[in-house]
Parts: sequence; structure tokens; C-alpha cells
Amino acid sequence: MERKLEVSAIENGTVIDHIPADALFKIINILGLENQNDLMMTFGMNFTSKSMGRKAIIKISDRFCEDHEINHIAIVAPNACVNTIRDFKVVEKRQVKVPEYIDGFIKCANPKCITNAEVIETHFKVGRDADGKITFKCRYCEKETRWDEAQLKY
Amino acid sequence: MKKSLVSIGDFSKEEILKIMELAADFEANPNQRILLGKVIASLFFEPSTRTRLSFESAINRLGGRVIGFSEASNTSISKGETFHDTISIISNYCDMIVMRHYLEGAARYASEVAKVPIVNAGDGANQHPSQTLLDLYSIMKTQGTLEGLHIMMVGDLKYGRTVHSLLQAMSHFGARFTFVSPVELALPREYKEFLTEKGLQFVETQDFNKYINDVDIIYMTRVQRERFSDLMEYERVKNAYILRNSMLDNTKDNMRILHPLPRVNEIATDVDANPKAYYFQQTENGVYTRMAIITYLLGAK
Repeated sequence: MERKLEVSAIENGTVIDHIPADALFKIINILGLENQNDLMMTFGMNFTSKSMGRKAIIKISDRFCEDHEINHIAIVAPNACVNTIRDFKVVEKRQVKVPEYIDGFIKCANPKCITNAEVIETHFKVGRDADGKITFKCRYCEKETRWDEAQLKY
Repeated sequence: MKKSLVSIGDFSKEEILKIMELAADFEANPNQRILLGKVIASLFFEPSTRTRLSFESAINRLGGRVIGFSEASNTSISKGETFHDTISIISNYCDMIVMRHYLEGAARYASEVAKVPIVNAGDGANQHPSQTLLDLYSIMKTQGTLEGLHIMMVGDLKYGRTVHSLLQAMSHFGARFTFVSPVELALPREYKEFLTEKGLQFVETQDFNKYINDVDIIYMTRVQRERFSDLMEYERVKNAYILRNSMLDNTKDNMRILHPLPRVNEIATDVDANPKAYYFQQTENGVYTRMAIITYLLGAK
């Protein structure tokens, strides 16, 4: 008999799919799930995916995503899909979109930037470098933080 | 609405031209007491004698009064007060803040905290817009125009913030550029992309003499030893970027040599007596340009 792990459907809540496997814990951080002990959640890691090779998935009952959370998810998982479930049905399917501006959320990579010396909310304009990778231009020191240098502020 | 000058990009082409016009007016008539009764704070968290005195001279010529400090060690910052609190308190004491800080972005942040306009007199390696405006005023004065000039920039084009700001500002005026630098200190890619986007012509070379007779302005900067990862390379190239009087024989009559100063040895002293040397007059222009910036931001002119 073929045995298979079933990830059970949820009645109301959110399913986030197409997460790169290495971004799972970052998204758990972004949504603050590690402190939400009353919610029913499923985290799947390294599932096989036709398009991504390996992917991660998150299912959370009775929790819905705010716009700013979806913007932040886009930074670590640019192709993620956020599904809103009501009464076991997908009522909304949102492809995340990388926002034009990011407030807070990441640290400026320039050690001489004022935002790393004082408690100041960071502000970045999101751009692309010549290779198409996301960059964050600091409103204060005007330096660009590359995607692979970006540290989350959570 | 309060307007600050933090970065050269804060001023449009029209505003830059307005500053040029005001600076010429102050040069013709330097003692105009239009800031009588105004108090301007001069906050130098990082010492810089020349820039501070130039600003304070400008304020004094305008009849304003100066409060402030020339280094941070005797202030409450040394007791651990945050930059935020220092700026918000001092902004209650004055009509404008002129500030230099060793941290990048400090001036932009101050402009969000303070009730009064901020003039950035340098924030780390980031911006120093009054230097750029005085460079522009010097170019305008010596060439009669800012339009369509050929500018040669020499030396450390990688880290030199004055170079980056000047090319940003000159991009409004259809300039052509020749960049002369060692490979290690070449102009960063983002600035070359910027010029290409703006449709401006430029060439890069390691040969100082190649285009020297074609240009209207030579903008010199210092090649610093500590910028090199390979000290052998520094020893090899260090003399290639020194300007000597003998190189100027066939340069254009209108050509002038600028330098943000301090100079070390990148302009040989035999150049100083050449009428094409302009770097000392350039500092005088700094006072008029700063008078223009201050009065413009305060809405006094």
C-alpha cells in the first residue's frame, strides 16, 4: 500500500505556497508565528515542486495576512502565493509583489549609516542591479544594500 | 514650507541657477545684513576648520549670529545623548542648522527631526552639497556658462564624493567628461550608468596627457595611499596623477584647474603661479556660494 503524508486542509485561514525552502523560517519570523501559540499551523519544508525543485509551504488557521506582511514576504520569497481560505475554499489568491519602498524590516548594510548608530526606522527604495537582483537604497546614507547583504530587522 | 539642502539632488536645475545668480550678487556686494537678528547653529560633530569658517564667515557677512560647537567632545553627546535629542533641542534655539557629522545619513535624519532648515556640510563619505555648488559657481565664473563644457576629473574617482556630486550636478548642463584615474580607483559603474541614461558622453583613461588639451576644466582630487589594496600598485601609479606646470603649455586658454582642497602633492607647486590655477580663488567663491544657499533656504532672497 502506498503511504503518503497528507497535509490536511484548513477551514479558515491562510496558505502560503511557492516559498523557496530557505525562506521558510524568515517568513515564520515576518509573521511572528513563533509567538502565536494558540494558532493551528503546519509548516512543510523541502517538498518537491515541479517549478522550484524544493519548496516550503505554510498553513495557518484563523490568521490572515495584512498588506505590509505580504510586501515583506515578497522580499524573501518573490514568487510566493498567498491564498486566503474561507469555509475550505480558496476565496483569494494573491501573487506577492515586490514593493517600491520598504520601511523598517531590513537593516542598512553600511556600518557608517546613522540608522545603525541610533534607533531609527529604516527606509529604502527598492531597485534592481545590472543582474536583475533586488537592491535597497537607503533614504539616509544613500548607499545600496544588495539582496544577499540584507539582514532582517526582526 | 521648510526646505533643507542635504544632497545635491535636492536642488533642481532652476534652483542651482538661482544659487549661481545669488552668489554673483553677493560677490558684487558682500556685506548685506539681511540676516540681522537671525541665529544660525553651526554643529560640527566632526571637526573641519575650513568648511566651518567658510560657513561662519558667510553668516557673519550677512549680519546673522552663530551658535554651536566645532567638535562634539564637550557636548552632551559625549554623555550619551542621542543625535535625535540633540538636534530636536538645538532646533528650538535657532533659525537654521549647518552641520557636519561623521555618520552617513545624519543630515537627512536631522532634516526630518528639526523644525528648521538643515544645511549639510558633509555627512561621512556621503554628501557635501555646498562644495558642489561652489565648484559649479567657480566653473560658471571662469567659463561664463555651465552649458556644454568638457570636464576632466582626475585621481580618486571611486571614493571621491565631490567627484560624484559634481558629475550629478553637471549632468543638468549637457557636459562631456574625461575620467583619468588608476584602474583601482575608476568611477563606479552606477555613475557610468547614470551618465549613459542621461545621454552624456564620457571617456575613461589612465593617461593624464591624452585629452588634457581638449578640456575646459581639470578637476583634481587626491590619490590616497590607504585606498589601495595593493601597495605595489600604488607605488607604480602614484606619480602618474600629479599635475605639473609643463603639462599645461598647450591647454586651452579658458581652461582652469579646480581642486576641492586640501591638496597634498597631486598639484605640483610650480602650477600655483600659472593663471590657469584657480583652486585658491575657488575657496573665496565658497563664501559667496554659502551666503546664497543660506539666504535662499531661509527665503530671505
